[in-house]
Amino acid sequence: MTEESQTGVNEPVGGIVAELAQMTEEQRAAHLAEVAEVVAPDRRIGVEIGQTLLEVQDVTLRFGGLVALDSVSFQIKRGEILGLIGPNGAGKTTCFNVMTGVYRPTSGQILLEGAPLGRRKRYQITQLGLARTFQNIRLFSEMTALENVVVGVDARHKTSVPGALLRLPRHQREEREVVERASALLEFVGIADRAADKARNLPYGYQRRLEIARALATEPKLLCLDEPAAGFNPAEKEDLMGLIRKIRDDGYTVLLIEHDMRLVMGVTDRIVVLEFGKKIADGLPAEIRDNPAVIAAYLGVPDDGVA
Amino acid sequence: MTMTAKHSAAAPARESGIRRFRTWWNSLSRPQQWLGMVPVVALVYLLPLWHTMPIFSTEPNKDFPISLFSAAVLVLIALGLNVVVGQAGLLDLGYVGFFAIGTYVTALLTSKDSALHKLPYLATLPLAMLVTMVAGLLLGTPTLRLRGDYLAIVTLGFGEIVRLLATIVPAVKGQVGLQEVGHPPGTQANGQPIFGPTNGTAWYWLVVTVIIIVLLFIGNLERSRVGRAWVAIREDEDAAQIMGVSTFKFKLWAFAIGAAIGGLSGALQAGQVGFVNNQDFGVQFSVLYLAAVVLGGSGNKVGVMLGAFIVSYLPNRFTFLSGTTLQIGKLALHLQQYLVFGVALIVLMIFRPQGLLGARLRLLANGRQAYQRLVGRPEQLSSDSALTSEQEAV
Repeated sequence: MTEESQTGVNEPVGGIVAELAQMTEEQRAAHLAEVAEVVAPDRRIGVEIGQTLLEVQDVTLRFGGLVALDSVSFQIKRGEILGLIGPNGAGKTTCFNVMTGVYRPTSGQILLEGAPLGRRKRYQITQLGLARTFQNIRLFSEMTALENVVVGVDARHKTSVPGALLRLPRHQREEREVVERASALLEFVGIADRAADKARNLPYGYQRRLEIARALATEPKLLCLDEPAAGFNPAEKEDLMGLIRKIRDDGYTVLLIEHDMRLVMGVTDRIVVLEFGKKIADGLPAEIRDNPAVIAAYLGVPDDGVA
Repeated sequence: MTMTAKHSAAAPARESGIRRFRTWWNSLSRPQQWLGMVPVVALVYLLPLWHTMPIFSTEPNKDFPISLFSAAVLVLIALGLNVVVGQAGLLDLGYVGFFAIGTYVTALLTSKDSALHKLPYLATLPLAMLVTMVAGLLLGTPTLRLRGDYLAIVTLGFGEIVRLLATIVPAVKGQVGLQEVGHPPGTQANGQPIFGPTNGTAWYWLVVTVIIIVLLFIGNLERSRVGRAWVAIREDEDAAQIMGVSTFKFKLWAFAIGAAIGGLSGALQAGQVGFVNNQDFGVQFSVLYLAAVVLGGSGNKVGVMLGAFIVSYLPNRFTFLSGTTLQIGKLALHLQQYLVFGVALIVLMIFRPQGLLGARLRLLANGRQAYQRLVGRPEQLSSDSALTSEQEAV
């Protein structure tokens, strides 16, 4: 991660980052294992590893005459990193939006652990276990990094006005929990050194990672990343690949939209390819790389060619 | 020309002074801060006793304790409106409607002119809050799906509806109004009630006490899941929803809590004045309340209180200007108490567009320890925002 120092914001750097630097290799490993433990999802997921976690079933979405998604079907298996790729305008983000309840499919349905999402509201879908990041970063810019993540953790909590007003025991317990989990998440994605800064004052790379931390905070069964590497240089992309693998190894399932082929090929277990709202391929990275339809979609077809 | 140059040179120094104070204050522990507040609160309580205070006192034109009472009521109103506008980011232009409902609940249940059953005054305070809360829910349920300007227009309509109802519903007697609204019990040695309409000091103390209680409760909300949900909604409603915030529910809560505080202020005002009619609920009051919030710094409790105090105090302080005429050559200016107020507003908005004190919210009950552990320093508050640093850079 590049170090962008901002004037006046970074005063004496103390805290966890300084402590980590002084630790021995073993202590550091133990600490990081502890962090990963706190971050790991401890929710009951109804399907075994390798079984279908989420199924997009014959989803069509029309905006007036425009068919944005045309009978798209694919499955995401628990524990995998699935890549969703396609040329610009292929319907990748639209697909995300349908899954997370921003749009309702014209026909077809989304099944999470075999149960249809139906007409649930967006926040209910998040609470069911689907979280996402945004292609164009949408953080709560006046909140600090830690507070941003805490909003995500709050999705799993119940305290409302009466509990907070009277500082009931559950509220106090939840307040301790949110800070603990959110701190661990910031360390996990590697931005704990700027926890106290407002989101909008963070460097770009930090903002991208903060979005991931905030989405992870809701303990999703499925984490959807919408072009998390947009605007990154190769070294940062390399770091990000490491982070995505780390997230998967911690027990999460990841759906990744990405343009960068090297990143997609390097990190995903399986790839689904969309073009003009239709699924044109679905398979292992190596298969996708050699698939003539995919090559045609990305590079175009010569006039006499056959797709 | 020279004025502006002078200002920009002086601004950074003053700015950093405020910031230094703030850094120092934030470095104190909670108990130390509480202790630091004691003399301030004591001063606030003692203020009306020194009504001969030079410069600051509004006498002889306007009773000083009464002026302070009006200011305190506006502070309470602004705190309630701040929950809606400052924290949840919902523009409410009909806030006076809730204030009006509060005054009428108390008046109808205590005045001799009302046909309703009479209750002791203090019992009507929670009732006024309850009724306005229900009114807030009734207004909010259908309208909170609207955003921004659209919501503002609907709330504007709500304020007008309440005002018109006060005119046409026979039970509240329109302009004739309701006389002899109740007050808290207790009599002075001379047989006069402690909470009589002329004894501003007692009323002021009552309102200040209410403000302190309300501040504690609002602070609890701010540093909780609720306060965070509000700010998240204010920042980006769609993102908040996708992060699992039930936006509609929390917006409704903001509305209900804001309404309840507005109703409480109305009930207190009705008790002090002792008389309620339909004349004091025009849309200009909603605008005045909003001005108090924006002037002080939307979202910042301390700022909002300061703003409300200024908005209420300045016209009272300059009452004597009313009726005087300033002759400049052929031009005769008929001065008005609100003239000074208007000029002050314009000047403030030019030099402090973010309000007297910028938004400053703490959203974590245990944030202090967490930030210390993570980065070894307290969090960045909104007051050290890019806006101020940009201004300093210029």
